[in-house]
Amino acid sequence: MNNMKLNLCLLALALLAPTLLYPVFLAKVLCFALFACAFNLLLGFAGLLSFGHAAFLGTGGYVTGYLMIHSGLTPEVAILLGTIAGGLLGAIFGKLAVKREGIYFAMVTLALAQLIFFFYLQAPFTNGEDGLQGVPRGALFGLIDLSDNMVMYYFVLVIFIAGYWLINRTIHSPFGQVLKAIRENEDRATSLGYDVNHYKWLAFVISAALAALAGSTKTLVFELASLTDVHWHMSGEVILMTLVGGVGTIFGPVLGAGFIVTMQNYLSGGEMGNYIHIIMGAVFVICVLSFRSGIVGQLMKFKRNNF
Amino acid sequence: MTQPAQDFILETRNLTKAFKGFTAVDDVNLNIQRGHIHALIGPNGAGKTTVFNLLTKFLQPTSGKILFQGEDITPLKPAAIARKGVIRSFQISAVFPHLSVLENVRIALQRKEGNSFHFWRSEKILNRLNHKALALLESVGLESFANTVTVDLSYGRKRALEIATTLAVEPELMLLDEPTQGMGHEDVGLVSDLIKKVSKDRTILMVEHNLHVVSKLADRITVLQRGAILTEGDYASVSADARVREAYMGTAADDVDTKQTAEVAS
Repeated sequence: MNNMKLNLCLLALALLAPTLLYPVFLAKVLCFALFACAFNLLLGFAGLLSFGHAAFLGTGGYVTGYLMIHSGLTPEVAILLGTIAGGLLGAIFGKLAVKREGIYFAMVTLALAQLIFFFYLQAPFTNGEDGLQGVPRGALFGLIDLSDNMVMYYFVLVIFIAGYWLINRTIHSPFGQVLKAIRENEDRATSLGYDVNHYKWLAFVISAALAALAGSTKTLVFELASLTDVHWHMSGEVILMTLVGGVGTIFGPVLGAGFIVTMQNYLSGGEMGNYIHIIMGAVFVICVLSFRSGIVGQLMKFKRNNF
Repeated sequence: MTQPAQDFILETRNLTKAFKGFTAVDDVNLNIQRGHIHALIGPNGAGKTTVFNLLTKFLQPTSGKILFQGEDITPLKPAAIARKGVIRSFQISAVFPHLSVLENVRIALQRKEGNSFHFWRSEKILNRLNHKALALLESVGLESFANTVTVDLSYGRKRALEIATTLAVEPELMLLDEPTQGMGHEDVGLVSDLIKKVSKDRTILMVEHNLHVVSKLADRITVLQRGAILTEGDYASVSADARVREAYMGTAADDVDTKQTAEVAS
């Protein structure tokens, strides 16, 4: 059970990390890691490249933010409702997108996500360019005050683990088997009697809901929901995170998200801030050209060849 | 005089597929008798694969009807037709390359379990299908490759796996698109024996170029030419037909025997 040991080590690391690093930064990493994992479920295991996942991240964020400001609901309910909202939006997007394949699938998701972006830009409840600021974190179950960053971090960690577990389970479920079969040979799956579009759709909905969960959580962490999260840049960033970490590997997106978020954080503070997009672009090019299987994919190859 | 309708497992009525300005399948009336191995032959571009695509609804017919066990299945979607028991193979071997050989067969067995949308359950519940999957692999001589990643199998074995996978869904009618295409001599023998073996209690419609295989296997042969049926009958009567010789071989009768021998020998 090597895997089990590795997971326990990682868990211990995650539990101890906030004593060394700034908890809000760590929480941010976890939110993006969950976002990337959700995206990877679609790209890596169903072979579907969505270019509109920001719409779900942002929707989760806005719904949760709005509810926290205006409704007096407890954070766990607000997050749940944000997640459901993202899932519902995903159900609509998915219905339209799975009918197309390849680049057309990506274009449909991009177009729909842009539609959502302009909706949030214009809608009065999002405060347009300003976003929802000063979102209260509230108290978990009405009992545990989340305003302390340390407490918030551990709450995010629990959410992340739950989301990560669900993705892992989905991949290793009877449904996941069919999904992989569809990715491998769609016509053959059809000829065995599987309505492939139904399976793709369900994968899309799960992925969208988990992306929204990441967005909802992120809004609580930063006490902010803004247009950045629904912008198409964000849809591109999650692709980058997944590719750098290793598409189709379970842990890859987590590493990829950690890598990209860390890089952004350090670069944007220093004098390199103006070059951040150039550097990210370079990373992307290097990744695609020389290690297409990403960090984790590369490590696994190394392990196979040397042990 | 009139045969009872249930004798035919699959019938097409005036099946036609027209692409822009080109009729690929022209007014085809097929009658596939239950229990037969029925071969569809004809020169390249005669529309054989298009017929397959129409029968399984991977293509939409322009006009005409498809009846399966007397029921009109023309409006159904491909997956629904598969669930009726009409399972096709493809010209290029249709396997799931990065799944194990066992998993390939299990995917086919899994559908009837009704848990294929269960994303919250462990795939371990599929292990109860392993026994059945192994038995199917054994029937095509692949049991020792159960844990091999499919991409590493030889071409002939991939085709055998494909047949095992098809058998797993217990098809009433198997549609095999050029099952021996691109195979070496040995594999051809292997696969045609396999087809003979699995044809018991089943109906098979196959497109095949290798006339030797056709002569060995087929109970009935339909010859297509430019999308239309040229003739139909058993091997002896079809191969004696001068029009077939000319259409299929593009040569006079004398040449055919030498050509055919050459094909058998190759």
